[in-house]
Amino acid sequence: MSATLTPSSAAVAATAAPGPDAAVALAVTGLSIRFGGLTAVEDMTFEVREGEVLSLIGPNGAGKTSAFNAITGYIHASSGSIVYRGAPLVGLKPNQIAEHGVVRTFQKTSVFNGLTVLDNVMVGLHRRAKQHPLAIMLGLPGVRRDEARLRDLAWEILDLVGLRARAEETAVSLSYGELRLLEVAIALAAEPTLLLLDEPVSGMNPAETGAFMALLARIRTRGITVLLVEHDMKMVMGVSDRIVCLNQGRIIADGPPAAIQSDPQVIRAYLGERYVRARG
Amino acid sequence: MSRAVSLASSVAWVGFLVTLPLWMDNLYFLHVLIIAGIFIVAAMSLNLLLGYTGQLSLGHVAFFGIGAYASSLCSLGFEIHVLDVPITLAPKPVWFSMLVAVTFAGLCGWFIGKISFKVRGAYFVIVSVSFAEVTRLVALNWLELTQGPMALNNIPFLKFWFPGIGDVDILGKVPNYYLVLGVAIVTYVIIRRLVHSRAGRAMIALRENEPLATSVGIDVTRFLVLATVVSAALAGLAGAVYAHYVRIVDPDVFLFIYTVTMVIMVITGGKGTLAGPIVGGLIFGILPEVLRGFEVKPELQWIVYGVLMILIVYFLPDGIVPAVRDAWKRWTGRTGAPPAEPTGTAVPAEARP
Amino acid sequence: MDQLLQHALNAMILGGTYALLGIGLTLIFGIMRVVNFTHGEVYAFGAYMMYMFVMLIGANFIVSLVLAVVLGVMLGALIEIVLLRRLRGADIDTTMLVMIGAGIAMQNSEQLVWSGVAKSINSPFPSAPLVMGAVSVSWTRLFVFAVAVVLIAATYALIQKTRLGKSMRATFQDREAAALMGVRIDRVHTATFALGSGLAAAAGALLGPVFVVYPTIGDLASLKAFAIVILGGLGSIPGATIGGFILAFMEELGAGYVSSGYRDAMGFLLIIVILLVKPTGLFARKERIG
Repeated sequence: MSATLTPSSAAVAATAAPGPDAAVALAVTGLSIRFGGLTAVEDMTFEVREGEVLSLIGPNGAGKTSAFNAITGYIHASSGSIVYRGAPLVGLKPNQIAEHGVVRTFQKTSVFNGLTVLDNVMVGLHRRAKQHPLAIMLGLPGVRRDEARLRDLAWEILDLVGLRARAEETAVSLSYGELRLLEVAIALAAEPTLLLLDEPVSGMNPAETGAFMALLARIRTRGITVLLVEHDMKMVMGVSDRIVCLNQGRIIADGPPAAIQSDPQVIRAYLGERYVRARG
Repeated sequence: MSRAVSLASSVAWVGFLVTLPLWMDNLYFLHVLIIAGIFIVAAMSLNLLLGYTGQLSLGHVAFFGIGAYASSLCSLGFEIHVLDVPITLAPKPVWFSMLVAVTFAGLCGWFIGKISFKVRGAYFVIVSVSFAEVTRLVALNWLELTQGPMALNNIPFLKFWFPGIGDVDILGKVPNYYLVLGVAIVTYVIIRRLVHSRAGRAMIALRENEPLATSVGIDVTRFLVLATVVSAALAGLAGAVYAHYVRIVDPDVFLFIYTVTMVIMVITGGKGTLAGPIVGGLIFGILPEVLRGFEVKPELQWIVYGVLMILIVYFLPDGIVPAVRDAWKRWTGRTGAPPAEPTGTAVPAEARP
Repeated sequence: MDQLLQHALNAMILGGTYALLGIGLTLIFGIMRVVNFTHGEVYAFGAYMMYMFVMLIGANFIVSLVLAVVLGVMLGALIEIVLLRRLRGADIDTTMLVMIGAGIAMQNSEQLVWSGVAKSINSPFPSAPLVMGAVSVSWTRLFVFAVAVVLIAATYALIQKTRLGKSMRATFQDREAAALMGVRIDRVHTATFALGSGLAAAAGALLGPVFVVYPTIGDLASLKAFAIVILGGLGSIPGATIGGFILAFMEELGAGYVSSGYRDAMGFLLIIVILLVKPTGLFARKERIG
């Protein structure tokens, strides 16, 4: 754990690192995903423990995003099982999976473009709202109270991600870094117990990335388990408790950042490639 | 502040509309307003689907026609034979018939929503058009029930009980004007409440970004079906009001051209805005009368509609209401203006930076 | 049994024309992603041109047919260049709204020009039907069927064998890739819309002499074309061909055994059933659009 790349991020990771005996939150067993004749993921097995930050890494096309999509119900697994807190997720629709507290962000920036920042978060609060359609149409006072409660929650989440000042702007007018924060805000609004982040800092400048890592630390303190897919190695090494490395659809290494960094297979498949390119 | 202004302008508008028959003694113009008002209710209901969920429904007139026929038949009574078994319905009071019509139209909406939201885009459009055409052919051919092209005649008018006054006949222009005004206000309020709630946000979220919406737990089908049911029920209400006003209903109420009229009203006014269908409905409710003033043939009127529709898509794709709002914003030079209409939520004063 | 045979024969003959209508629409949708609400109006245009040439000018039947189709092609090209070219890349709802507006304007122009009175077109073929055992068919219908089959075959040949057809298929598969490979998308679109419209005009010109011509025939033609295309799967040409025949059979059987009034309802009932069972249509190859 101490062998992380930057001291500051080591501190981040250390804040709430769960022990190895923490309960298993998400268990992916023998997951395979095939599109036509193409195998995107082959017999993938890994676990995410309660409260930890687990990163999936691997070169492009290694099957990370496919695994994400299968866990969250956006594509169908060809075989294998995905169990979250004892509930099988395979075959459920994305919205049903969200009901289990498993919420994701998307690789390509994805917000509700036409809505204000505040309303984006309000949409995200869908699961927490208690409003029956009939009560809405009848204009019952309970609905108004619920709306006020949701708005307070939305402001709280905007505070957490640091977008309060932009609340009334339309989403399209945000900067790139702010958009990525808004995505996380929307996901957080859905009250995840397991948050899946798909390349959250790609395209960010170092300052933005630093701010994002700090946000991730705040998210951890809320007891939210995080599954991360990311190419930014500095970020991955800094925030992860454990790392699973994929290559060509298969898991080639699984362990704490220090072990992954020194794993010869990983270096060959992934890091090595980069170092060679960087030096040559 | 802006809330107070909008409240004041709403009160002023309603006051203007309520007192209108007191100083407007042109009954023909009142008739035009009644018909325009009925179309506005239908257009508002269509807007819930077209504007807020983003589903282009081109069969909306089916729900309008179903409402008109259901309410007429229920209030007239009928006897039909299904496989030689007679089924008889004694005439029911009009208010009850209208409730039946709203419920029945809503049920049809539920059915269509259930079967067609498996598919989206072009498929949904074609299913909705087909559904409207089937209902028209049924109305045309099920002579025993609907009289076919001979039309349902002598449809009874609504009687309304007011405390202290007793029964009032909703017969003729002025009472019907108030009925339509009341129905329009109720429709507006229902849609406004929906749009500014969890349900409305879910619908808008589906329009804006469906994968993201489902990722936060929004059940797509459920909210699309909800939108269709409410939309169909309100269109059915408009149809029922229409039937008991004109008191004759024939299969032409199902014509595709009326769906198109509603669509034009919504996109001209501004889809996905609360005021859009009202503005569009007033324009296209009154425009035919203006054209008639110039002795324009009905065919030419429809050609004008078709061309206007094309021009609006090219040059004013968001419709009049958003364009005016943007112009107003630019003119007053405000920044940090209130949130956009579809989901406008008031911001607590203490939360402002 | 004889009655069934007669219905089947009628359906076969009607199906050829329906297939023309459906292929035209499915080409336009598959390649351009445009839900074409002017399709039925071009069909009506074809029928009226036939009426004009045959009945008002007194031209030869075959020559009139060719002229009607050529004018349909030109009308299609015009619509594409004037209305659709500037909407390239717009979403499907936008183009659909424009096509609806254009359809309404066209239908009412027809009404203005030709009045609402139904017109009939005389055909030069003998009026005594051809009797084959228990079934009979008019010579006009036989001619219509033959021409329809020729046109369907010609369309297949055009798409499979010619350079233009190759460009069209490439655009259908992947527009960007096709553009990169030097396919001139603008031309392909204009050609597609012109071809599709030509087929619709041909269907109208062929069925005009069989039935009667009135301004709102386009509405039903559009809707039937949609039904055919949904049956076959949006964008599938073989699907549209088979879909045309299936719809014709359904209509004939519906008219024969249920009630002639519900003839036109069969297609829509079919759509609803198909979408319940197999939402992508019977023969779809590509995924449905979202």
